[in-house]
Amino acid sequence: MKRILLVVAVVALYVLHQDIWFWRSSYLVFGFIPIGLFYHAMFSFAAALLMWLLVTFAWPSHLEREVEEAEREEDRAP
Amino acid sequence: MIPAIVVFLYLAAVLYIGIFAFRRARGREEAEDYFLASRSLGPFVFLFSLFGTNMTAFAILGSSGHAFSNGIVTFGLMASASGLVIPLTIFLIGTRVWALGKKYGFMTPVQMFRDRWECTHIGTVIFVVQAAMLVPYIIIGIMGGGTTLSTISGGTVPFWFGGAIVAMVVMSYVFFGGMRGTAWVNTFQTILFLCFGAIALIVIGYGMGGFRSAAQAMQGAPALAPLLTRERISPYYFFSYTFIPLSAIAFPHILIFCLTARKITQFRKTVIFYPICILAIWLPCVFLGVMANNRANDIPQIKDKQEARRVLATQGRTMEPEQRDQLRDQAAGDDVIMLLLQRYAPLWLAGLLGAGIMAAVMASDSQILALSTMFTEDVFAFYGGKTRFGESVQVQTGRIFIILITLFAYIVALQAPETIFELAIQYAFSGFASLSPLLIGALFWRGSTKWGALAVTVWTASAVVAVAVFQSVVPAPAPGPATVLWSVGGTEVLARTPGGTAVFGFMPVVPMVLVSALLMIVVSLATRKPAASTIAKYFGGDRS
Repeated sequence: MKRILLVVAVVALYVLHQDIWFWRSSYLVFGFIPIGLFYHAMFSFAAALLMWLLVTFAWPSHLEREVEEAEREEDRAP
Repeated sequence: MIPAIVVFLYLAAVLYIGIFAFRRARGREEAEDYFLASRSLGPFVFLFSLFGTNMTAFAILGSSGHAFSNGIVTFGLMASASGLVIPLTIFLIGTRVWALGKKYGFMTPVQMFRDRWECTHIGTVIFVVQAAMLVPYIIIGIMGGGTTLSTISGGTVPFWFGGAIVAMVVMSYVFFGGMRGTAWVNTFQTILFLCFGAIALIVIGYGMGGFRSAAQAMQGAPALAPLLTRERISPYYFFSYTFIPLSAIAFPHILIFCLTARKITQFRKTVIFYPICILAIWLPCVFLGVMANNRANDIPQIKDKQEARRVLATQGRTMEPEQRDQLRDQAAGDDVIMLLLQRYAPLWLAGLLGAGIMAAVMASDSQILALSTMFTEDVFAFYGGKTRFGESVQVQTGRIFIILITLFAYIVALQAPETIFELAIQYAFSGFASLSPLLIGALFWRGSTKWGALAVTVWTASAVVAVAVFQSVVPAPAPGPATVLWSVGGTEVLARTPGGTAVFGFMPVVPMVLVSALLMIVVSLATRKPAASTIAKYFGGDRS
């Protein structure tokens, strides 16, 4: 279930990148940042948050175990 | 001249770091130490060097230049899309490649492909295609170096000489320091250009008297207001760009960098902070590139660029292609950020910021080292050179290769007429994105075969050549509607756009990646799989 939610989050963020709703707007956030630019700056923070979720909840720890096992076997070999 | 002196001091510092790394490695003439720093990079160096190696000249010069001409769309096109896709691919693919490298001693992607698909010469074909597409990346670095030094010195250092200096410095520290020197220099450079964006934004903003009046003036000017929106770019084109960051993990230098981490946990920080690092560099550069349009009254060169842009838009359709190309060169904004610095920053600070630009420009070091690693491992060692002459000769061969490839890239850089951004996107990025199904097939699909891999590689090479030939035969139209070459039932199939090529309205990278993935699936399903023991090595299960 956790993995499905993470996959949904990745797909959702990918879809949110196509922000056609701000396409023609030249509205200035804080009086100087165009809304389209501001949205994508916030999108970058959202991407970092998503990466934190992936690293926290879907970390491929089995790879580390496999490497350690292989190194132990190599050490044991004559 | 002061900025140029500061930049030269910076170049000397970079050279020293490379030579210091050489001293550190003295006595260890082993391939794994020279090419992979003995797989020993710690978390801090790994994060900054991996990120730095992916930031080339276009991260600062190309992004601000593209934003100057096209507006805020530049950030969404490349930066925020990369902030999602690149760390995701490092998380999914980079960690797996690292583990396989640790377990089986791979030093290049081709070594892994050869083992995974039990192939020999197909691996060589992949090497040739990868190498051919990596060279433009190196050329970008040298061109950026030439442009930067020439602009910073006010033309005292000509383009050819600036490019030569950058080529020499990069070649020297890669030659001596190998991966350790490259990683240390990249770390130093990344810190510099991460600081660059914030400082440049503050200094230029202060010099301009704040951005509020500039942004509002642009909003009120009919010719400039579209640059604050994305109305000049089609949503298809915008969507297409999300395929480009797939190239990052398929670039051999990025994948080889993934092999240098001491532990897998070092990927954690890299994955999380990657989008923030991209934001820190691209946001100021894009914003400044857009705002530069409001500085025509202060900076005559910007006025000239805007005039060239206006003539191109109004009279371009009636001009000869050569005249249009000339105007495009005049309108290109690769140097706007440096023009802003010269106008608004104090001299010494302009020099420091120039060094920050040089840091980004000189990221071609990793590509040069990667090509050398690939040549010595995938060709020299694979075809018996290592066995016959020993590991020390292998390392020396790698060093000679570094000299030759840098010389070649420099000569081409002097001839290349394209802007930095176009050159990078049109050839290297699309091609490597199209090779990404190789990695996905090798790591995630038991059923993939060497013939599927060959089909992907041949298709990629053919598509890149086809796009290059198409764009050289059919001249780019003036800004405005594309020239439609082929349409079926009212649907535009193939068109030449002012910026490149469109296939069904998408950039070529979209069909290239989709056809690559399809070929990997169809051809693999129709051909013989590797032995069960090989598949078990990668996916577990019965090895008998």
